[in-house]
Amino acid sequence: MSDIPYKDKGSILGPIKTLGFFARKAVTEKLEPRPAAGNYRGFHVNDWEVCIGCSTCQKVCDNAAITMVKIPSLPDDPVKGVRNERPAIDYGRCCWCGLCVDICPTSSLSLTTEYVHTCREDELDSYFILPDPKGIHDEHFPKGWAKTADADLVDLQRQPMEEMEPAERLKSFDEVVEGFTDQQAIIEASRCVQCGMCHDSCPTHMHAPEYIRAIWEGNTEGAVRQIYRSNPFSHVCGRVCTHRCETACSIGRRGEPVAIRWLKRYAMDSVSDLRIREIAAEGKVDYLSGKKVAIIGAGPAGLTAAFDLIKRGHEVTVYEALDKPGGMTRYGIPEYRLPYDRLDADVAVITSLGVKIQYNSRIGADISISELERNHDAVLVAIGLQKGRSTRIPGSDHKQVKKAVALLRKITQGKAFNVPHSAVVIGGGNVAMDIARSLARLQQEKYGEARITVTALEDFDHFLADPEEVKEAREEGIEILDSRGPKQCVINDNGQLTGLITLRVVSIFDEDGRFAPRYDDSDEQIHPADMVVEAIGQMTDISLFGDELTERLEWNRGRLRVDDNGRTSEPWLWSAGDMVSGPDVVHAVADGHRVAASIEQHLATP
Amino acid sequence: MRPENYQARSQPPSNEYELNFGPNHPGIEGNYAFKVKLNGDEVLEAHADAGYLHRGFEKLMEGRLWIQNIALVPRICVPDPVPMEVCYSLAIEEIGGLEAPERAQWIRVMQLEMSRLAAHLFAFGGHAATTGMYTPMFWGVADRDLVLDRFEELTGGRVYSIYNIPGGVRRDIPEGFLERLSGLLDYLESRLPDYDNLFFSNQVFVKRARDVGKMTQEQALKWGVTGPNLRATGLAFDVRRDDPYLVYDRIEFDIPTEPGGDALSRNLVRRAELKQSIHILRQVIDRLPSIEGPVRCPIPNPLAWNVPAGEAYTRVESSKGELAYYVVSTGGDKPYRVHVRGPSSMHAVQVLENLAVGSRLEDIAQIMFSLDACPPEVDR
Repeated sequence: MSDIPYKDKGSILGPIKTLGFFARKAVTEKLEPRPAAGNYRGFHVNDWEVCIGCSTCQKVCDNAAITMVKIPSLPDDPVKGVRNERPAIDYGRCCWCGLCVDICPTSSLSLTTEYVHTCREDELDSYFILPDPKGIHDEHFPKGWAKTADADLVDLQRQPMEEMEPAERLKSFDEVVEGFTDQQAIIEASRCVQCGMCHDSCPTHMHAPEYIRAIWEGNTEGAVRQIYRSNPFSHVCGRVCTHRCETACSIGRRGEPVAIRWLKRYAMDSVSDLRIREIAAEGKVDYLSGKKVAIIGAGPAGLTAAFDLIKRGHEVTVYEALDKPGGMTRYGIPEYRLPYDRLDADVAVITSLGVKIQYNSRIGADISISELERNHDAVLVAIGLQKGRSTRIPGSDHKQVKKAVALLRKITQGKAFNVPHSAVVIGGGNVAMDIARSLARLQQEKYGEARITVTALEDFDHFLADPEEVKEAREEGIEILDSRGPKQCVINDNGQLTGLITLRVVSIFDEDGRFAPRYDDSDEQIHPADMVVEAIGQMTDISLFGDELTERLEWNRGRLRVDDNGRTSEPWLWSAGDMVSGPDVVHAVADGHRVAASIEQHLATP
Repeated sequence: MRPENYQARSQPPSNEYELNFGPNHPGIEGNYAFKVKLNGDEVLEAHADAGYLHRGFEKLMEGRLWIQNIALVPRICVPDPVPMEVCYSLAIEEIGGLEAPERAQWIRVMQLEMSRLAAHLFAFGGHAATTGMYTPMFWGVADRDLVLDRFEELTGGRVYSIYNIPGGVRRDIPEGFLERLSGLLDYLESRLPDYDNLFFSNQVFVKRARDVGKMTQEQALKWGVTGPNLRATGLAFDVRRDDPYLVYDRIEFDIPTEPGGDALSRNLVRRAELKQSIHILRQVIDRLPSIEGPVRCPIPNPLAWNVPAGEAYTRVESSKGELAYYVVSTGGDKPYRVHVRGPSSMHAVQVLENLAVGSRLEDIAQIMFSLDACPPEVDR
């Protein structure tokens, strides 16, 4: 029984007791409007400076209340991962659950304490509102439900990637990065919010959201199918891509971006080579067009174009000057970053479709380009940048002053050369890191210790090489000096190279933005070395065109002039890859697709 | 018409008639109706007529991501939404192998009891209105509003808190919240004698409610009655004690019972539970500051969250009775099936249909409110 003192019979004094209530404050009284609690889920505000238009709020909204609206006045830069779209809320649908706030990758979206909104007769659509930093009534209401650290629904931490220990790495050219396990890959893939920023920023517009989703679903074959929609060099790109996708990734705004490159590598590594070939062949036409295309250079650009063209039924022959395919991906990238069997696997997919590669055929020497023109309907030149540039400082003509690309090629080909006891590398890009780390491995093997110094013009804030390359190089004991410009190579009386003198850089570019480094002569350093390696850039060897064609073609500051589709001023000749658009695998792949589409259009036109 | 073809229609006796009670009737809760057959004022038959509020929640949930449903479930029972969120979250935690941190479990208990207070204040106010006593209704609703103020502060929403998610709760408690909650409890406790004077021991109510809608313990068990309605038939069954969830096994509280099984007993049980909830909340206020740590365990990205294949049946004691969720996952990012076992679907349909027969027309509203049935949850 409860302890409530209820009685079966009322008291005659009952009504008198109620008189006591006259003296008491009323329970129900009129309330004045008051500000809502500090945590209140009222109308939205959105900091447009921080918002990147990734539309994750739209995806999590359980009432489909959010529409992304284009704001033309805002910046739209796919490379930086910024879209000029902002969420607009339909308050006829919104339930103020605040999931959009908790998942917002940038934390630009919040709810305010404002909860009163009435629509006037002349603004019947006023429940559809585009929240900006000022909020619903332009009044800057205080933030209510906003993102806190413990409420974040986005996973900001990347799955750790297993790597070889630095001391172990130096002992061989074995691949440094281990790759994801199944579980790591699925967890990493689950971090993706499917915003598609990666797709927009990728030069070849890889379908990253789709293949990440497929990996998350455990469907690696599906992932490979998505990958082959736009990139036949995915073993390569899964390892050495410059991953603009990760720079643009919306999760990277506050945390570590999704490891898109490693996920691509995981998908490619988990499917057998045979199955990849079958998937790549899907969509290949089963007739022959009777058209013939010659491609000069078996690098990523040329082979990507070959991949696209062979699938359209054209007969494609690739002419390669060296004895192996891959171009710079083989001869420029060391094996510890890209094992050659993976590169071979990518190329084997392309040759399995019927692309013929003629090795050791140097155009201009073994076959003339006019012969190719006669025998083919279209010719594509994609020969890359294979000649190293020289600093032209005093002493740079010494035989112990080497070009990085030439040296890397020698290392790949296994040709013998005198491994230096100590070397100085001039340059601060990825090629400088590649040659420094390759030489360090050779030194370790031959002398048991590595002595390499890298001198770069740029300071660390504006460094050209990938930060992870710099980090790994440092871990391997390579000394990296920033803001040092080469003055001269030191050569002793016996004619031997003994080192390099550098000066501190004051500025690299002049007022007009032209390359004109200025040095501080008082800050001079001597780096002792018996080899100096120049890694300051590459250029194309254009001797294959011959004098007459070189004269006819149009040039742009030493580079072949091409239109947006890669077509030169000669109607039968296209060009793609590094020689027209800069040194990067994924750009070369994108270029290959673009130029293949142009050739395809040309061949289809009667 | 030929006279030989004429047949008299069979007419009911002239003193019997049918009446639609609801769906728009001040004596019925929400959009819900009864078709009653009466003889004078005496009810001969009563048929529940639900469906005016059907939104298809269980089906809707199958088309939404696991986490999106947390915004949906509180709408199933408007006066007592927190148990819906907690029970749904518990089910997913059970299937997915998640465990809410201890602090989150105490915060959940706090919310559940706050919600029970709010719901009981609403319920007795409603019952009073059906007997023509409007002051208790105003008082109940006004004092419930003070509980909602604390919900607003804690969860950001007054009614639909949407504060629990699988893995814990969405935010830690605001600074100074426990002191303000403690102040509220002091106030509500001081109000209890007033409620007694005004309503629970008021002869107008006691004499109206006694022996109205009376059921035996046997009937109650047969009809699936749970919660305060079952305890009003003398059976001390409470999920919080008999199948403890969260941290209820570490909290001390009584389970009030009444022997009568009638409308009066049911209200007296709720009145006693107001006191018990205040008692539980005071224990939470004492314990919570000493329990540190996160309020949510790590959960996957909601847009890519596959709950492992499996099923779970979780139950909690809501203010209306035993609330349970049966959730089936086939390993996808959405539930395969969610079934809500709400207490009101028993109380408002089969129990009310049985209890109404033999009572008087003016008592139907009283019986319904004494059962504290919630039509939104009947329809779902």
